[in-house]
Amino acid sequence: MFDFCTDPDSLETFRWMACYLTTGKHMGFYQSFATVLILLAVTAPVALSFGFGGAMAARSRIAPLSWFGKGYIAIVRGVPDIAFFLFFVIALDQLIEWARHKVICPDWTDPIRQGNDFVVCSAAKMPLGTAPQWIHEMYGFAIAVITFSIVFGAFAANVLFGAMRAVPKAQLETAAAYGMNDRQTFWRILVPQMWVYALPGLGNLWMVLIKATPLLFLLGIEDIVYWARELGGTKTERFTDYPHGDWRMWYFLALLVFYLAFTRVSEMALDKLMRKLTHGQATTGGEAQRRVEA
Amino acid sequence: MKNLILSTAALALTAGMALAGSHSVVRMGTEGAYPPYNFIDDNGEVAGFERELGDELCARAELTCEWVTNDWDSIIPNLVSGNYDTIIAGMSITDERKEKIDFTTNYTQPDPSAFLAMSADADLKGGVIAAQSNTIQASYIAESGATLVEFATPEETVAAVKNGEADAVLADKAYLEPIADSDADLAIVGESVLIGGGVGMGLRKSDTELRDKFTAAIDSMKADGTLNALIEKHGIGETF
Repeated sequence: MFDFCTDPDSLETFRWMACYLTTGKHMGFYQSFATVLILLAVTAPVALSFGFGGAMAARSRIAPLSWFGKGYIAIVRGVPDIAFFLFFVIALDQLIEWARHKVICPDWTDPIRQGNDFVVCSAAKMPLGTAPQWIHEMYGFAIAVITFSIVFGAFAANVLFGAMRAVPKAQLETAAAYGMNDRQTFWRILVPQMWVYALPGLGNLWMVLIKATPLLFLLGIEDIVYWARELGGTKTERFTDYPHGDWRMWYFLALLVFYLAFTRVSEMALDKLMRKLTHGQATTGGEAQRRVEA
Repeated sequence: MKNLILSTAALALTAGMALAGSHSVVRMGTEGAYPPYNFIDDNGEVAGFERELGDELCARAELTCEWVTNDWDSIIPNLVSGNYDTIIAGMSITDERKEKIDFTTNYTQPDPSAFLAMSADADLKGGVIAAQSNTIQASYIAESGATLVEFATPEETVAAVKNGEADAVLADKAYLEPIADSDADLAIVGESVLIGGGVGMGLRKSDTELRDKFTAAIDSMKADGTLNALIEKHGIGETF
């Protein structure tokens, strides 16, 4: 990075640190912060939409749809995250490749399952074996987003399902009395009022999601915890220009600060959102706001 | 000698034609946390003995190779489901692993594993010994009668000895020696033990052509002495 970094052994502490913290390896570490933030930014809305769909399905009057919604919530909530991440991701990847294989290579005669091996024709590989590494990484990232969304979508569905039932019946009956049909009642009366009941639960989920990102390394994505462990580990002079002892504590301390700062910012944003949502609502919070203004 | 190289090159070439297209890029899966076998260097690239070896093997087999890192615990499941094509991660050839995947011929001798401990009189027979999970060292300890504590990464096994959680750690001697040299508190103790059938590249059982290509390339490196030179350069252990 800097000109004076050619011979790190001769540098005093400050310059040594400047060189050390700008090695290619550390750049990977800094990039992984962006990876985590992007993952959160993409996953949260996708998971919320999964949750909304799940909750709508679960309260549907059509029995199979309701079974599907309730089954989704029950199964995904019941399976440990780590098992889900190890099993589901490989299964999802194989499902995609299997489907592509059936379409692209109908003439293939060899079995797809050969003992432990999963073999599809090379044109059906996802991504193609010839694709550059960044495409593989993007694909892994997309799979991670889908997996996180399915897991957290199930929790969100449960929260939203409860929130929809928490909206006072009288509100819905009044809507019916005004002549609204079911659809109008749902979108105009139920949905705007349920968020205030859902937000505490969704806020919790968001906090858990922030801290669940280290599961990313199970999917082959190098996240901040992986890099902290890798960079902080003891380095002997034979393998690096910057030998040091076990510095994992310092790296994890940096992660601690990052996570605490991030959750604090999230809390403040959620508080603000809560104030906005309670405004004008027939809840204790909304009533308190009305009195302050009156 | 020259003939042998020529014939392996020819073999590699014909094998390459037979397989044209299906392996235009071979993805090499490694752990990147086990120096000197494989580690991530200051630039964030995979480096070490297996990086140099793998690049040379790919050149000899006329393959384009790409390096990927993967967690040790899920390294075999990701190979068999096709996320990469080879494992080149200091993995010893054992019968247990052979049930799931195939190996090339070994490119190191059966590795001498060594104990690293804080004191010379550590109880290696009945004490608490640390090892990385899913390794030959871990199964060796489990059978030996000592108490085994397993860790996911090699780094943690050494840390367990330093903080007193374990009496000693059993790992490849080549991995432990630089650590013993650089840390005054730690030393190699007791006798080395020979376990496993040497380190080889792991491949899917269905990928026999690729396996044969790499085996041919390894044999050609054994024959012209370049493999021995690499083993000595990185301090891996016994030469062939």
